[in-house]
Amino acid sequence: MIISVASGKGGTGKTTIATSIALALASDNHGLTFIDCDVEEPNGHIFLNPKLEDAKEIYIDVPRIDNDICTYCGKCADLCAFNALLCTGDSVITFPEFCHGCGGCRYFCPEKAITSVPKRIGKIEKGLAEDILFARGCLEVGAALSPPLVDEAKALAGRGITVLDAPPGTSCPVIHTVRGTDFCLLVTEPTPFGLNDLDLAVQMVRTLGVPCGVLINRAHNGIELIEKYCRKEQLPILMSIPLSKKIAEAYSRGVPLVRVDKQWENKFRQLYRHIEELVANERNNYN
Amino acid sequence: MKEITIISGKGGTGKTSIAASIAVLADKHVITDCDVDAANLHLLLDPTLETKNNFWGMPRVEVDAAKCTACGLCEELCNYGAIKSGKVDELLCEGCLVCYHACPEGAVRMVENLAGHWFTCSTKFGPFVHARLGIAQDNSGKLVAEVRKQARMLAEREGKELIITDGPPGIGCPVIASLGGTDLALVVVEPSLSSMHDLSRVLDLTKHFGVKTAVCINKWDINPENTRQVEEMCREVNVPVMGRVSYDPAVIAAAMKGKPVIQMVSTVVDDIIALWHCMQEELGI
Repeated sequence: MIISVASGKGGTGKTTIATSIALALASDNHGLTFIDCDVEEPNGHIFLNPKLEDAKEIYIDVPRIDNDICTYCGKCADLCAFNALLCTGDSVITFPEFCHGCGGCRYFCPEKAITSVPKRIGKIEKGLAEDILFARGCLEVGAALSPPLVDEAKALAGRGITVLDAPPGTSCPVIHTVRGTDFCLLVTEPTPFGLNDLDLAVQMVRTLGVPCGVLINRAHNGIELIEKYCRKEQLPILMSIPLSKKIAEAYSRGVPLVRVDKQWENKFRQLYRHIEELVANERNNYN
Repeated sequence: MKEITIISGKGGTGKTSIAASIAVLADKHVITDCDVDAANLHLLLDPTLETKNNFWGMPRVEVDAAKCTACGLCEELCNYGAIKSGKVDELLCEGCLVCYHACPEGAVRMVENLAGHWFTCSTKFGPFVHARLGIAQDNSGKLVAEVRKQARMLAEREGKELIITDGPPGIGCPVIASLGGTDLALVVVEPSLSSMHDLSRVLDLTKHFGVKTAVCINKWDINPENTRQVEEMCREVNVPVMGRVSYDPAVIAAAMKGKPVIQMVSTVVDDIIALWHCMQEELGI
């Protein structure tokens, strides 16, 4: 079972929720895996305090021009869809930060003047946080290419329960995270901002064909906004967490929600059972 | 012409509330929202739509089954695993066009890709440019670049002296696209361990690109101890802290009403005005 936790909008509490689900389930499920796929700003470690033991550097292949062979024909620069090469007539300049590693320049170079050199885009770190197998992707600052890192991190999903903490937004890095997961839990807050971004996230998850449900965080006045939307879209509201200064304050110190008050542990276990049911129903509908 | 870009490592730190308030305080300016993934600023500015424009993303590819001889070359060359037995998976395709150029039968064709829209609007607080990326589309960086280009053209046409940009969160491609050539990056941070962790990464990023940077601590009184630590972090890397904005439920109340918090009766008004004065001084405007 792979559950992705996403939100559209940043700062809604994705990481709080994702880490709490993991902590609540870890005691009954040995070998639970938590993967922080927010490679731009991974934060799960702040709440889970893993001992990181293993790091794997992730590279993409970027072009290197052999100036002795290059005839400056300009074919590589013409072909590159990402403007990562510039041919000036007597030299070819490469911009590795724009390169997506497609390898087109190398393949099409008529003189075979292009070889590849690895460029580090980030790393995947692994370790243990008590019983939880923890992994995170960490994008190199200044690199603009998250998806390959997300894919590498995701490949570490275990056979039992895996919780994926997604990046905010609705574009490539999130899509790479949510795609192919069994369920996507969408965290929102009851404000017009929250609603606007929830709607974008729901459309994204539906495009991917992943079943989803909603968790309302910081619930206070205005919750009807989200309830009305969910009724219209036939989305289950699986849980709601009240707006509380106590929770916000614990969060600011990196204390997970399930450690603030024991009751949350049971509530998150219940949440998981509910998700299991929804996933089972979904599968039955397909068969 | 000057440009301020408001960014934050972590989302939800209050970028948009601060950007909207500054848009009220400034004059002779154009406002833009470069969070093209999940734009929110329009919710506070009550914009009147003037133009809606298509944004064409990287072209997608399609395999013409009638011409395809199933030689498998496209599948072999695709570094993203986006082609499986003559079918292109749009969500994995990066639009590099290697398959298009390589196919010996000319069976791969390019299809135009309407990846989103960008809009120009008028608001009580000045002209406003924003965008919406299509669902499950990539190329957010390219759309950010388009929004900024349009904002600059608009500012030149209308003789405006300042562009106020609400940027995206994170340190990835849309943020990088928001920062090039900006005169001041204002990083909004809140005193939580998560936000502080992200602050150090975002400061590395602005340093990497040589962008002049300042920090504003939002909801500073939620954790005064962490606030002091943020100030210490900034001192160490020589980045000025230009403001502390206190925690105030009026911010959410303003969002519920769909207006900038600066128009409410609230304690944060003075905080934001002081922040704006510091920013004006830094920019020399």
